[in-house]
Amino acid sequence: MNGPHDLGGQMGFGPVAPEKNEPYFHAAWEKRALGITISCGAFGAWTIDESRHARENIPPADYLAASYYEIWIRGIDKLLERHGFATREELLSGHALQDGAVPKRVLKADIVPAVLAKGGPCDRPVKTAPLFAVGETVKTKNFNPPTHTRLPRYARARTGVVEAVQGSFVFPDDNAHGKGENPQWLYTIVFDGAEIWGADADPTLTVSIDAWESYLEPA
Amino acid sequence: MHDDHDAHSHDHDHAHGHDHDNLYSDMQARVKALETLLTEKGLIDPAAIDAIVETYETKVGPRNGAHVVAKAWGDADFADWLKRDATAAIASLGYTGRQGEHMRAVFNTAETHNLVVCTLCSCYPWSVLGLPPVWYKAPAYRSRAVIDPRGVLAEFGLTLPEDKKIRVWDSTAELRYLVIPERPEGTEGMDEQALAGLVSRDAMIGTAVAASPESTP
Repeated sequence: MNGPHDLGGQMGFGPVAPEKNEPYFHAAWEKRALGITISCGAFGAWTIDESRHARENIPPADYLAASYYEIWIRGIDKLLERHGFATREELLSGHALQDGAVPKRVLKADIVPAVLAKGGPCDRPVKTAPLFAVGETVKTKNFNPPTHTRLPRYARARTGVVEAVQGSFVFPDDNAHGKGENPQWLYTIVFDGAEIWGADADPTLTVSIDAWESYLEPA
Repeated sequence: MHDDHDAHSHDHDHAHGHDHDNLYSDMQARVKALETLLTEKGLIDPAAIDAIVETYETKVGPRNGAHVVAKAWGDADFADWLKRDATAAIASLGYTGRQGEHMRAVFNTAETHNLVVCTLCSCYPWSVLGLPPVWYKAPAYRSRAVIDPRGVLAEFGLTLPEDKKIRVWDSTAELRYLVIPERPEGTEGMDEQALAGLVSRDAMIGTAVAASPESTP
């Protein structure tokens, strides 16, 4: 979707503001927000792709005004409600009012180290050979789905070169919507700055994205 | 139905669409209420949250990545392994897991400087760098890194030669990028630990270069 999250090339946000000796957390609630987000992810009820899409669906004015941990909490609220773990009334009241969905797993403290160390690999085998080869010139498709995609707007309908075939991975555009993992080949595609931004682009700039096969067509 | 506006499509009591403001204006209270609710429902274990926080405050951070870089500087075989299979090479040092499942190492050279961004969210190699800084997740960096990297780098105090090529890696998939900065001059004979001390988090994102030994206390 062409949501507020798709920020590449937008203007007006001012300078980057790096903070010297930045702490990992700026408030106690941010620690809990991190832990809640990871704990709820461990339910096994939704995928990382669905959770990203839940965040992308935050209304633009809210998204751009929110800190990242607030974006996470807004996304978690939506997912808890959608998957039946909590009702709107419960989220507003902060207390359990009725039984809800039962998760596949509750993340207990003793398994946290193992779960974090394992992560969630999302490479999957596919039976087909890659359609594109390293060095080949390709064009990204022009599409504007109202659903989840990982092809940023700035990189649509652009001509670039396949720099690497990176393996085959879960296809987020389907997986975010419960349509299955449907893995595809993934490629690193590199673009000249001018192809994306026009003649005034920094002549020393190249930009790459990692693109699933169905984002691409022969140039 | 797409859920683009599902936050507004529910039949709830707030007449003017201000529910977001009411719900989120105080994040401390909001998150405490959420934790209470989920704990009451038996869905989360507050001790697990403590353990997660402790992991990312004390165990998983940019020192991991600095170790990888220092080893690559001093060990050509390891550097080669890192180029071919960064996930395995990094795992050999004990750094694995969440948001580091599929690693790629990109090497700065005399010709090219690498810069990593996630324009779409906040993808970041947690297993080697820990939790991302606020600026990495904020719109200013995410919007400008791909169109004006030199302007962004200047805000970090880094000015590259005009003819240096800049390669920006937008982390649009599940590959996580670690920049291997160039080894500074005057570091011959330094051991791995001392070398790692020259490697900042920002140098491994690409918003800095490795420190020179003279400038490091």
